[in-house]
Amino acid sequence: MTLCSILFKGADSGGFPVARDAPAYFADLNLDQIVDAVTAGRQDYDLHPFYCTPLRDPDAIRYRQEIFRDLESGSLYGRISAFTQQMRSMRGHLARAQRLHYPRQRNRWFLGAVDMYTDAVNGLAQGLTLETLTSRGFLDFRDYVTGYVQSDRFAALQAQTKALIADLASVRYSLHIKGNRIEVRGYEDESDYSAEVEKTFEKFKQGAVKDYRVSFSDGPDMNHIEAQILDFVARLHPQPFSALDRYCAENVDYLDGTIGRFDREVQFYLAWLEHLAPLRRAGLPFCYPQLDDACKDVHVRDAFDLALAHRLARENAPVVCNDVHLSGKERILVVTGPNQGGKTTFARTFGQLHHLACIGCPVPGREARLFLFDRIFTHFEQEEDIQNLRGKLEDDLVRIHRILDQATPASIVIINEIFTSTTLQDAMFLSRKVLEAVLALDLLCVCVTFIDELASLSEKTVSLVSAVDPANPTVRTYRIERRPADGLSYAISIAERHGLTYAGLKARIRS
Amino acid sequence: MKTLLMHRDRDFDLQCRLPSHEQDLVQDLELDTLFQAMAAGDPFLLEVARKAVLSALDNDAETILYRQDVLRDCLKHPAVIRDLYGLAVETLESEKKNYWSIFSRYPSSILYRSIEVMQMLVGMLRRLKAIEEAQGGAFESEGFRAFFAMIRGELGEDYFARVGYHLGELKFRDGVLISAGLDRGGKGTNYTLRTPRYKKEGWLQRIFSGRPRQYTVTVHERDESGARALSELRDRGINGVANALAQSVDHIVGFFNLLRTELAFYVGCLNLQEQLARLGEPLSFPVPAAPGERRHSCTGLYDACLALTLKQTVVANDVDADGKTLVIVTGANQGGKTVFLRSIGLAQLMMQCGMFVPARSFRSGVCDGLFTHFRREEDPGMKSGKLDEELARMSAIADRITSNSMVLFNESFAATNEREGSEIAGQITRALVEKGIRVFYVTHLYAFARGLYDGRAGSALFLRAERRDDGGRTFRIVEGEPLQTSYGEDLYYGIFGKRPAGG
Repeated sequence: MTLCSILFKGADSGGFPVARDAPAYFADLNLDQIVDAVTAGRQDYDLHPFYCTPLRDPDAIRYRQEIFRDLESGSLYGRISAFTQQMRSMRGHLARAQRLHYPRQRNRWFLGAVDMYTDAVNGLAQGLTLETLTSRGFLDFRDYVTGYVQSDRFAALQAQTKALIADLASVRYSLHIKGNRIEVRGYEDESDYSAEVEKTFEKFKQGAVKDYRVSFSDGPDMNHIEAQILDFVARLHPQPFSALDRYCAENVDYLDGTIGRFDREVQFYLAWLEHLAPLRRAGLPFCYPQLDDACKDVHVRDAFDLALAHRLARENAPVVCNDVHLSGKERILVVTGPNQGGKTTFARTFGQLHHLACIGCPVPGREARLFLFDRIFTHFEQEEDIQNLRGKLEDDLVRIHRILDQATPASIVIINEIFTSTTLQDAMFLSRKVLEAVLALDLLCVCVTFIDELASLSEKTVSLVSAVDPANPTVRTYRIERRPADGLSYAISIAERHGLTYAGLKARIRS
Repeated sequence: MKTLLMHRDRDFDLQCRLPSHEQDLVQDLELDTLFQAMAAGDPFLLEVARKAVLSALDNDAETILYRQDVLRDCLKHPAVIRDLYGLAVETLESEKKNYWSIFSRYPSSILYRSIEVMQMLVGMLRRLKAIEEAQGGAFESEGFRAFFAMIRGELGEDYFARVGYHLGELKFRDGVLISAGLDRGGKGTNYTLRTPRYKKEGWLQRIFSGRPRQYTVTVHERDESGARALSELRDRGINGVANALAQSVDHIVGFFNLLRTELAFYVGCLNLQEQLARLGEPLSFPVPAAPGERRHSCTGLYDACLALTLKQTVVANDVDADGKTLVIVTGANQGGKTVFLRSIGLAQLMMQCGMFVPARSFRSGVCDGLFTHFRREEDPGMKSGKLDEELARMSAIADRITSNSMVLFNESFAATNEREGSEIAGQITRALVEKGIRVFYVTHLYAFARGLYDGRAGSALFLRAERRDDGGRTFRIVEGEPLQTSYGEDLYYGIFGKRPAGG
């Protein structure tokens, strides 16, 4: 039996490097929101590093895509999900046991936890044999689990556990309470007195009446009286209790390392698919991207911002999808058009697609061909930092310089509205300089800008414009269309909507 | 134990659903007057009277006759009935006085309270038994004979003794014996109260079987949390028996509730009978005919509600509408047509709920729907025109009506001109009658009434408010063909002064 990982191909231990901190572009691309939403409720598994670390090896990415595909076909998802739920309950049970005060009780809880564990593993092994698996990851894991369940060690653990539970469940005793004394003695099959009373008054039964039974708060803890009684019960029935003591001492390390690791790592897949499910129900497409580390052609149909879609789907609002195409020499997408028309969302989508593809996940879109990048850099507008003695313009320049310094031809750069704090002429000049540097690196870039001239800078640039409804220019469609930047100002339509056009404002101002 | 005084085979359901047009019935037939008379100031009697009368259309002829018999017994022994009713009321009031305390979330308090109440209830059951012993033999109806036989059979001395024994045992003077097992967390579970063996086997046997091993936990007198734990264990043990006894209390209280409810109907009947008897008005037990038979005949039929309101005898009518499905009433204004129509509806309802009726004799087919369509005041909301409103009400009736129903129309569809009104009324009436529905129609619509009269088959009866030759009214309804005028002139001159000579 080899140890295996469901996340890392051929990994022999947990030694595969993962990023502890989120990459710098996470916040700009709203990837932090996505990962937070995906991992919500799964904090115990510490999944962030897996979502933060893009893979560079195309086969490592395929390894995960295969596993996703297995989970998406048939009933495997349900089985794995049920298994991890059982493991979770087992851990909760064990954690609660540790806080119990009386050893006999703690031992009984431990026994329960092991029982939950053996049930979970058995169920998993049986379930996996019924599945048609194709991924390398799951095929290896099935071999492992099958071997483990058939091992003597596991069989003995299971048999011992079940026998002990049955013995303890069959213990009966009686309490005779009078005054301040409780006598603990064996049960002698005395008749049920409540039933006798009930029978006496049966003739008056008139259909349903209130239930007067009081429900007692049954926390797991015992008080000292109950503990004393339990000790006496143990004296009346010594065999199962001494067996329990031995059992606990012998089975401290009951949990198998590979099973434990699988339980955590498989959450990466479950969480992602769980997150996609409501969006799929809302009709949004997801696909397994094709990745290339040589050709920089990018083609995506019906892409969308996953963070935005998650929010809109909850509000039952429609999500607008856009296509992305870069082929041949094209490298830079220059996005212009009216404010609040979906430009920034488009830029984010481009970045999200690439990051998500490189961690092996299905991505938002009907089909996708993406570039296997080395790093992603983003430059989004930042709040002015009072600690920073540089002016805003200078700050922008420092940041963009640092990016261009580190970027390689295999990098992706996403620039969102820079140089807004200077004159148009300055901005044009500086932007042109920056784009020229980007062009020289021949890297993939999205540039959101208000400067139409940038759209036609070179044969490598592609001009995209955020569209409006032709019938009513005040309505944004949130579609990003491939066409020349036409220089039309849509700001006037927004002003009109607020009644702040020349005529509108004039009419409102009283003389 | 069941009382079964309203139905042979089931309890009277005070929560039963009333027909959705109950408001119309109450308003059009002036039923509130009837309910008040039956209640004689008691809100509970009012409630029961209301429910019994308004649900009357659910009863079959068998139920009607069953109640008539019970009611005959009541009329013969009014004092015993009022005693029984008083006993039920007293029982329920004593139970309410025994409040649930704030400690009622502890089984020991629930048990304590239940023992107290149960002792009171046993006393009441003994009194019930005493009434049975003294009076039960004199009752003849199937309902009361079964009721008293049940009291005799179920509440014997041995039964009272057994209940007394348990009420003593439940004080647990010898302590509480509880069996238990262990749950998945090692705590005690399935606490079940047990009857100690010595109670059954006796001490001697116990001594010879050898003393079992046992260990004793003693709670120190200063150990407060220990004392709490002990009493909680005890509470867990008696939880089931406290519930059983509390529920038994509820069941017995339920029995008295049922007794009170079912007797309330008959007490209401006694109240009504006494008031009408004081006015000298006759009452009789009606003959319910099978639904298929076209029976509707009566003598001395009067509107009991009018008599109760005026506190005097009122005009009575004889009708022979056997074999008829349609009765058209025309004639003088204020000639007693509406009162007559009400008396028809009221008698039908009273018969169907098993009561006597305000008539010297009354025979009618049992129907399963009784609808009234009376002319109403203008709609204050101005939501719809008058005719529109009338047609909407008719449409609501049409939604619910079955062929074995009866409809009482009072000046319906007269809100438009006579020709149109007649056409609507005619079409509606023909449809109803052809479906076998019994129709009583008071109308001024001459074209409508005349059309029916001229083309009549044998299935229609034409009545007219009687008018003396001098224009005076007798308020009696007699047979007669529809006439062109309704004597509005009479009314006008009655109010405005003398009729011109020679007119």
